[in-house]
Amino acid sequence: MSQTISIAAVYESLEHVMDPEIPVLSVIDLGMITGVDMVADGVHIKMIPTFAACPAVSYIQHNIKTVVENELGIAVTVEIDKQVHWESNRMTDAAKEKLKNFGIAPPQILEGEVRAEIMLHTPCPHCGSEQTYLRSPFGSTLCRAIHFCKSCGQVFEQFKPLE
Amino acid sequence: MSNNAALKDLIIKMADDELILGHRNSEWTGLGPVMEEDIAFSSMAQDKIGHAWALYRILHEDLGGEHPDRFAFIRSEKAFQSSHLVELPNGEYDFSLMRHFLFDQAETVRYESLQNSSFAPFQLLSKKVKGELKYHTLHADAWIMQLSNAGEESYARMQTALNNTIALAAGIFEASPEHEATLIADKVYPGEKELYHRWQERIYPVLVKSSLNLPDMSTITPVYGGRQGFHTEYLQPLLKEMGEVFNLDTEASW
Repeated sequence: MSQTISIAAVYESLEHVMDPEIPVLSVIDLGMITGVDMVADGVHIKMIPTFAACPAVSYIQHNIKTVVENELGIAVTVEIDKQVHWESNRMTDAAKEKLKNFGIAPPQILEGEVRAEIMLHTPCPHCGSEQTYLRSPFGSTLCRAIHFCKSCGQVFEQFKPLE
Repeated sequence: MSNNAALKDLIIKMADDELILGHRNSEWTGLGPVMEEDIAFSSMAQDKIGHAWALYRILHEDLGGEHPDRFAFIRSEKAFQSSHLVELPNGEYDFSLMRHFLFDQAETVRYESLQNSSFAPFQLLSKKVKGELKYHTLHADAWIMQLSNAGEESYARMQTALNNTIALAAGIFEASPEHEATLIADKVYPGEKELYHRWQERIYPVLVKSSLNLPDMSTITPVYGGRQGFHTEYLQPLLKEMGEVFNLDTEASW
């Protein structure tokens, strides 16, 4: 059976594995998958966490295994890829749109290193205004920062840019 | 590798600092002066413990050490190599902030230097940690500058906190007499003396913007001892509390 399953099918299945903290984004949207290899007894998937201390890593690892095994009926091994590190530029454009619609401002595209200035005037996901300021570089999860929008008077979160 | 013992020594002191300060940061959870600060210290605690875990994992996987959980929770106080700076109780917020500023800037120069380490696991880890630390120093710099420019009492408290913390922070850079020369010769890292120098260059501009006076570094006596297993009276109770649940059943699977 495993011969008939293509790598593309595995990627399609991975689109159904959602991030537990941001349930509108899949592991593909987030750019967490670094490799899919068909092996003799199934498929081997390599993934990377967004933040080193992300508490959801083993949970996501488990979800990948369960979802792909159930959908494709093959054995799945999931490995943390230590050769690649996650950066926010790995997030797809589609993911950024979904994030915004979910009420979280997406990370700015990084050219080089993170500088304090990049955290100013982050567009508000609610009203689109850039009259905003950074209230704290730490939010409800490790990957988020807290901003305030002066135009609509609302606090909002941002998925912060990471080198 | 012939310098395994030297590598282990360096990793353990880095990791123990991260673990113990991570624990101290977590003690602000629920007690922060404003909600954002409560969240900030809780998040930084999580990052620090994550960095400690990553380092303990290098020990475990690359250097034949013990499992990270066992290594973190079962060791005796004497086997810890944390600096005195990270062991001290949180005290007032001015001390916690100043410690956070001085430590995270030190950590940043250390990880920057490890990007060029001859030890491959350091190169990989440092890339990851360096990006995350940007947010720690962004947070620290902002508060040091804001509070130092926020009026007389606030300024006086920040200056006092700096005066009281600087010798402890200098203690981060305690070199291991046994291994330092090997680590430098093997290009694992540039050595504590060099990092100490880079750290001073890094903190100085922020202190200037804050109008804080950096004490004359040639007159201070760095607080050493932690790297050799000599600790403050505060470490043992912290270890007991930190390992309380784990030690109920060290063989349990979580």
